[in-house]
Amino acid sequence: MSLDFIIAAIITVVGLTTPILLAGLGELVVEKAGVLNLGVEGMMLIGAISGFGVTVMTFNPWLGVLGAAAGGALSALLFGVLVLSLNSNQVATGLALSIFGTGLSSLIGLSFVGRIAAPFGSIFPASLAKHPILQVFFGYSPLVYFALIMVPLVAWFLKSTRAGLILRAVGENDHSAHSIGYNVIGVRYAAIAFGGAMAGIGGAYFSMVITPMWAEKMTAGRGWIALALVVFAGWRTGRLLAGAYFFGILMALELYAKASGFSFLPSQFWAAMPYLMTVVALTFISSRGNVGASAPACLGKPFLP
Amino acid sequence: MTTISRRTLMKGVGAAATLSMIGTAARAEDKVKVGFIFLGPIGDYGWTWAHNKGREAIDAALGDKVETIYVENVAEDASAVPVLRDLAQQGCKLIFTTSYGYMDQTLQVAGEFPDVKFEHCTGFKRADNVSTYNSKFHEGRAVLGTIAGKMSASGVLGYLGSYKVPEVVLGVNAFALSAQKQNPAATVKLVLIDSWFDPPKEAAATETLINLGCDIVTTHTDSPGPLQILEQKGLHGFGQGADMSQFAPNAHLTAIEDIWGPYYVERAQAIVDGTWASKDTWDGMKEGTVVIAPYNPAIPADVVALADGVQAGYKDGSYDIFTGPIYDQDGNLKVKEGEVMTLEQLATIDWFVKGVESAA
Amino acid sequence: MRIKLERRPSPSRTMLVVTPIASVIVTMLIGMVVFDLMGIDGTRAVKDIFLTPLLLSYKWQDVALKAAPLIIIALGLSVGNRAQVWNIGAEGQYIVGALAAAGIGIAAGTAGGFFVILAMVLAGILFGALYALIPAVLKTRWDVNEILSSLMLTYVSYQILGFLVGGPWKDPNGRNFPATAPLAENQSLPLLFSGSTVHLGVLIALILPFVFWVMMSRSVFGYQVRVVGSAPQAARHGGFDAKQTVWIAMLIGGGMAGLAGALEFTGALKAINLGFPSGYGFTAIIVAFLGRLHPIGCLIAGIVLAVTYVGGQVAQTSVHIPNSTAGIFQAMMLFFILASDILIRYRLRIVTAAKPVVAGE
Repeated sequence: MSLDFIIAAIITVVGLTTPILLAGLGELVVEKAGVLNLGVEGMMLIGAISGFGVTVMTFNPWLGVLGAAAGGALSALLFGVLVLSLNSNQVATGLALSIFGTGLSSLIGLSFVGRIAAPFGSIFPASLAKHPILQVFFGYSPLVYFALIMVPLVAWFLKSTRAGLILRAVGENDHSAHSIGYNVIGVRYAAIAFGGAMAGIGGAYFSMVITPMWAEKMTAGRGWIALALVVFAGWRTGRLLAGAYFFGILMALELYAKASGFSFLPSQFWAAMPYLMTVVALTFISSRGNVGASAPACLGKPFLP
Repeated sequence: MTTISRRTLMKGVGAAATLSMIGTAARAEDKVKVGFIFLGPIGDYGWTWAHNKGREAIDAALGDKVETIYVENVAEDASAVPVLRDLAQQGCKLIFTTSYGYMDQTLQVAGEFPDVKFEHCTGFKRADNVSTYNSKFHEGRAVLGTIAGKMSASGVLGYLGSYKVPEVVLGVNAFALSAQKQNPAATVKLVLIDSWFDPPKEAAATETLINLGCDIVTTHTDSPGPLQILEQKGLHGFGQGADMSQFAPNAHLTAIEDIWGPYYVERAQAIVDGTWASKDTWDGMKEGTVVIAPYNPAIPADVVALADGVQAGYKDGSYDIFTGPIYDQDGNLKVKEGEVMTLEQLATIDWFVKGVESAA
Repeated sequence: MRIKLERRPSPSRTMLVVTPIASVIVTMLIGMVVFDLMGIDGTRAVKDIFLTPLLLSYKWQDVALKAAPLIIIALGLSVGNRAQVWNIGAEGQYIVGALAAAGIGIAAGTAGGFFVILAMVLAGILFGALYALIPAVLKTRWDVNEILSSLMLTYVSYQILGFLVGGPWKDPNGRNFPATAPLAENQSLPLLFSGSTVHLGVLIALILPFVFWVMMSRSVFGYQVRVVGSAPQAARHGGFDAKQTVWIAMLIGGGMAGLAGALEFTGALKAINLGFPSGYGFTAIIVAFLGRLHPIGCLIAGIVLAVTYVGGQVAQTSVHIPNSTAGIFQAMMLFFILASDILIRYRLRIVTAAKPVVAGE
């Protein structure tokens, strides 16, 4: 295996990983605040069409990313109003958000089918971005670096800031957080909006970076993988990064095995792996009951002051 | 298209109700209605887009006698049945079901509406009021293979497919055999991604094929995603189903365009004339069903000449890529010297030719 | 001015019934406005989506066929939801149930008739229940969140289906297309009316809600579910085993989903291809909520959802609305019903004061 080969493989894995890492980071913060938003797939699709639509109309991918974040956050806030202010069931509302996002993105997307935009690629000079070796560091879309920077930022926020502490407290024990005077609902609104924005940017990675175009349901189920990823990572940021790359490598391995003529396992096995491993990881996490890697205690439960 | 009246006839269904409250003006009543069900959205720039172009050809050619209606995004499951029934009840005399997965549903509804004619695309089950039609896409693949075999520097070609169904197997084989005519050492790496449409997976699979040494990748899945990857890498590929050059002006060498218009117009005309009869049609370049899109200027003149030669051969019937000797992947002689594969053999093919590297 | 929420002394029975109906009506009104804004005849579109399927008798069988699996799955799910057991993997259990029925059919070869069909349907129930048993075991044994595990297993089931229909169970005469061979007549569910497509499964879907109604209101188990769901502490004191409730709730949910899958396969589809998972298991969650987790409510809600499906297709050809709008309608209806949930337990009172309490919007 030559160096070129490894570099190209790494670039493919990064492409497969980044969208689920972005959406997963957002969902992690939401779940840390005690809210289960199953609408990731819907928010990603809304982000994908918002990002692409804004880019096509303004010729500015940076505005496109903002549009994707705004689209994702707005759809997430719709979920927020229902589950936080109106105390609706989180599971049902999240599923409804996924259906809604799929439908709405298709409807908005009707006028964008067949349109094209320049890919939101590397912003480094070509001498770095196209360099045979250095491209492994400089050849990516800004969104890739954004995702990688967000990992330690989110970790630092959750672990070392006061706001992060409050957010975790709200997710672990909403009633005591409330009784000490924290605004449980407010914190959760903020977390949900953040989660939506990240899912939206994750969706935009498909429509602006990998294949700069719009097509109905173009995220093809990656939102559900992002949900699995958060659980697989045991709600920990570092493991989320590792898990995202693990899932990305699994997806790439399937393609490499097929293209090299290997068929030692059916492709469905590869496709089922992330979900199966998540169930196993979840069982492992739950059975050990170790606080650092367990589900937030209030996950999915409504808060009634 | 005009507004559709709901003066619906309730043939074949054991139900009776007065519909006067729903019935509206019968202004389209004297035109013959032709219905379509589509698998994807008409804006998919692939399969459904091409079929919709065929529908528009009917409007253009027979607009004064025929009106067309369509339903998009019809899943290939039982939900196609009520949609088909609805079209029949709305008075359609001819219904095109434009994907393989509608086969049994088409036959079922055809049984309920013996007076309505059906045309099922790519299927193989017929009835008195059900015709089947298909396109020899592989003739187009032979042209692409000729270009790829001549232009590839590495001699390693990539083929991105969906499932191991006869249409894809024929495409792979025609592509590989044609490439080998130009470069006997050419090999084809095949990836089947178990989906007709999954842009991120199509993109990743294209990158994978490139990394494994392919300098030309052809796609047999529906999105223009792979072409966009090839464009970014400065490599070449082909459009699928329609001219996709706007997505990848440099990478797009040419495309196989599915042109259903001539057949659709012919069949609609047959309904108007009352001459429709059930048959099996498998048209190709000769009939204008398979068309090669304009060549990219990047293709050298000698390669254009070769490609045109293949096209001309198919058009006058003098050329068939599936002429022996043909060996399978394991080197067994499948088609003897001088023999040509029959249509029946082509329609049921499930083996790849020598030089195809595949996982299954 | 602000809106104040006042807790009702007891849940409002009126609101329980009024809010779902109001949700449907509000969805229709909003639909009219939105379609008009899109340049589509809104009144006509909404009429075609919500009323045409009911007014045209020949549409009834389409509605019945769509409603049957939704009703059956929703019945099972509502039992679990009442006990606060969240099985959202019904889609997977539906798939596994259908696959089990297909497996029995294939194993039986050319044999058919009453007992083979019965075995196929029972296998559907059994395997649907077994597939739901996985999250139940994980939940009771290791306290694994059943929402997450059952959802993950749904995605695993898609791959099981893909593997079986594309591999060992592929129709040998199907030219390599990933699908099982179509069922022979002697392995298919009988039709209720000859000449129609209404099969025995529709009758089952009409009867089951009443069976569940009696079971939930009269049996000890029904009582247990209600107590465990509404007051887990009291349930423990009352000697009800929470784990046992989880087991039974999941088994019923999975069994019903598996039954729906087997009936859909043997009655309507006759073959399983990659398009088999059409989201009934997820839509049934909406049905269960729209039906207020009541068996008869599920029956009505299943029909309402089926009407919007069938009507959505009517509107595609009549006023050319895009297919995607049907999903938007369903989601909107669910949003409204979920939003109005609060009116059952709370009263809204408008108070003239300064600061707003209800955030958002």
